[in-house]
Amino acid sequence: MIRSDVLKTLVPLMSDQLVVANIGLPSQELHLLDDQPTNFYMLGTMGLASSIGLGLALTQAKKVIAIDGDGSVLMNLGTLPTIANNPAPNFILLIIDNGSYGSTGDQTTYAGMKTSLAEVAQACGCDNVVECAAEDTAAALQSALASDAATVIVSKCESGNIKVPVIDKDPVMIKERFMASVTS
Amino acid sequence: MSVNDAIMDALTANDVGFVTTVPCKQLAGVIEKIDQSDEMIHVPSNREDEGMGLCAGAFMGGKRPAIIMQNTAIGVTINALTTLIQFYRIPLPMLISYRGEVGEPVACQVEMAVHTKALLAQLNIPTYHFHQPEDAEELSGILSHAYMARKPVAVLMDATFWKRQ
Repeated sequence: MIRSDVLKTLVPLMSDQLVVANIGLPSQELHLLDDQPTNFYMLGTMGLASSIGLGLALTQAKKVIAIDGDGSVLMNLGTLPTIANNPAPNFILLIIDNGSYGSTGDQTTYAGMKTSLAEVAQACGCDNVVECAAEDTAAALQSALASDAATVIVSKCESGNIKVPVIDKDPVMIKERFMASVTS
Repeated sequence: MSVNDAIMDALTANDVGFVTTVPCKQLAGVIEKIDQSDEMIHVPSNREDEGMGLCAGAFMGGKRPAIIMQNTAIGVTINALTTLIQFYRIPLPMLISYRGEVGEPVACQVEMAVHTKALLAQLNIPTYHFHQPEDAEELSGILSHAYMARKPVAVLMDATFWKRQ
């Protein structure tokens, strides 16, 4: 399974949840599969999806799912100790780990080589870290949503992309409708 | 009143509910007060661009955010400032320890100080320079200006300002 296959299996679970989607293909694929006001699409700023998600989870009560990539987590590795030491029971960091920089031509990341992001997250002090195969991601997300504990899921999937259009929505509109769904 | 107390009063008066910090020697006192405050969530960041992500999320979660950092951070946050904070129009007061000005003992700090105002000007970020402790009286107005305008705003606080902690 590639990332878009994984996202397809997650749509029924995520449709009515607050989702912060990482820059590039993760946002574009989610936008194509299931555009919702509860989705915050990052149009730039690689690396900060998990930080935005944590800030959102710490300041309001609804569950927050941040969909990140292995390359983006590697770019902002400092996010993992921050997540570990500021526990937000309503926060789920879902790392779609295809071992490559999917949006830029599938170059291999270090997570696709020797580095285990699940072990890094554990070493940073994250209490609930689940590494799963791509086809088990929906079940892992379902149990994370059912629990009241900050969870990091590392979903190991294959590298590869589908053809998707760029998101042409205005960033302020994305933010405003997202904020309206945070308070609704 | 100490400048640290004046800063805390301005934050409280503006209902600032989420503060992220990356430390600097000059900021130690105010960071301690923020950490002890019951009125704001304090999340230390490892890097200032991470902090700006946290602030963007906190704003969308309904809190007024602020970041406290050193001016060297301008060098690492330009992408976060332009593609996240400015692009999505998120208000973000930046309370900045302005190292490298007169009184600075570390020569390397001057290297970033000479670029600080030019970079902020290039980014069209409203910038205020606090030199005397009395300048802290302006902070409350600057904070409400940032939230009104939904923009990043920089307050540069130099060594002379911090003398009366």
